[in-house]
Amino acid sequence: MAFDLFLLPFLTGLALAVLLPLLGCYLRLRQQWLAALAYAQMAAAGALTAAVVALPALLGGLLAASLAGLLRPLSARRLSGMAGDVLLLLAGWAASVLLVAHWPQAERLGHSLFDGQLYFAGERELGLALMALLLALLWLYRGHRGLLLAQLWPDLQRLRGQALWPSRVGFDVLVALCLAVATLGLGVMAVFALAFIPPWLAFRRQRNWRQALGYAVLLAVLAYGLAFALALSLDLPFGPVLALLLVIGAVFIA
Amino acid sequence: MSAPLLQLQAAVLGWQQPCCGPLNLTLGRGEVLGLVGPNGAGKSTLLAALAGRARVFSGVLKVAPGATIVLQTQNPPPLEGLPLSGRDLLALTEASAQGLPDWLAGRLDERLDQLSGGQRHFLALWAILQSAGDLVLLDEPTNHLDAAGVAYLAAHLRERVALGAGLLLVSHDSDFVAMVCDRVLHLEAFDGL
Repeated sequence: MAFDLFLLPFLTGLALAVLLPLLGCYLRLRQQWLAALAYAQMAAAGALTAAVVALPALLGGLLAASLAGLLRPLSARRLSGMAGDVLLLLAGWAASVLLVAHWPQAERLGHSLFDGQLYFAGERELGLALMALLLALLWLYRGHRGLLLAQLWPDLQRLRGQALWPSRVGFDVLVALCLAVATLGLGVMAVFALAFIPPWLAFRRQRNWRQALGYAVLLAVLAYGLAFALALSLDLPFGPVLALLLVIGAVFIA
Repeated sequence: MSAPLLQLQAAVLGWQQPCCGPLNLTLGRGEVLGLVGPNGAGKSTLLAALAGRARVFSGVLKVAPGATIVLQTQNPPPLEGLPLSGRDLLALTEASAQGLPDWLAGRLDERLDQLSGGQRHFLALWAILQSAGDLVLLDEPTNHLDAAGVAYLAAHLRERVALGAGLLLVSHDSDFVAMVCDRVLHLEAFDGL
């Protein structure tokens, strides 16, 4: 009975636990790791706004995140370093808190987005998580070399006449959309923890790119499985348990 | 005689403003042309213009139709802190490891940020040199290299042009330029138009 009840949430989270560290590795490669938190926060603000105006939260989250994913690379020239990420992050956080404080429709969703209530995930959430994972895997399979080249030899793609948009705006929009789906399932900080900590450890310890991707996914899946079981058995909100486990693991491994 | 790979006629180049020229040069297949001159003369700007980053304000900059270009810039690729091995780096540009010097061939599976600066530089240079390209642009390739690395590079560059590539070399290393180049072009500091 309990198995049936929690199977869909478990599978939803599992798909996201594979997706987020993979994207996190490429964000870290691009020195964009803070963008994970910025996009998650913007997705939360979009979902809350949608709830206030009686639209589907998912639609609001996807729209806000994709807008952030478009604006961030376009403004990168003027907002160097991580300034753009910080501005998005603060804007998303401020909007979210104000919405939760003033509109009862946003309050309940707000708790879910910030606590990370994976256990309410159903077929729709699982379908979206699997679609996001599949889309990201296809994109990375075709474009991973372009993403690495754009970082190491930015001139080479232009000289070879290869399209630049997939490794510039395209990747940001992909990440933003995937993070919006993940945020509505896992909550803002759990998403950030999965996209940041496993890649950070993998970058410190692994000798080549393929090993780093595998190591990051393995750590994330292990932490996720443990957090799921712990939070369920102790009746705790899932997001903070996962984040805490990842932090403890990071301190131990690092 | 085949058309030149690269041709500049009274080309004035720069970024927001013109900063070098007018330049005149031609480079054919199987040739190594050295570009020397003081800092700020526009040597790297010429390479940047060929890469499409700097502007051509006037004159002609023409690359033979269908010719492919590869460029090694002065700044090494940012490899610090990345989980990348030498093999990863070569795979990115589809460069072969065959012909690498012994002191590097045995270290291809190590993380790049665990190699010395010179080894890393040589490997990055090799990844560019071994990738497919008709026109090879090198900016200060001997930076960070020891005498053995410079000698190995010189021999390899001659092999590369013997296979039909044209090579434009920017360097302050006059011995290396003398050793490798067929012709040398001295650029003067830009004094406005």
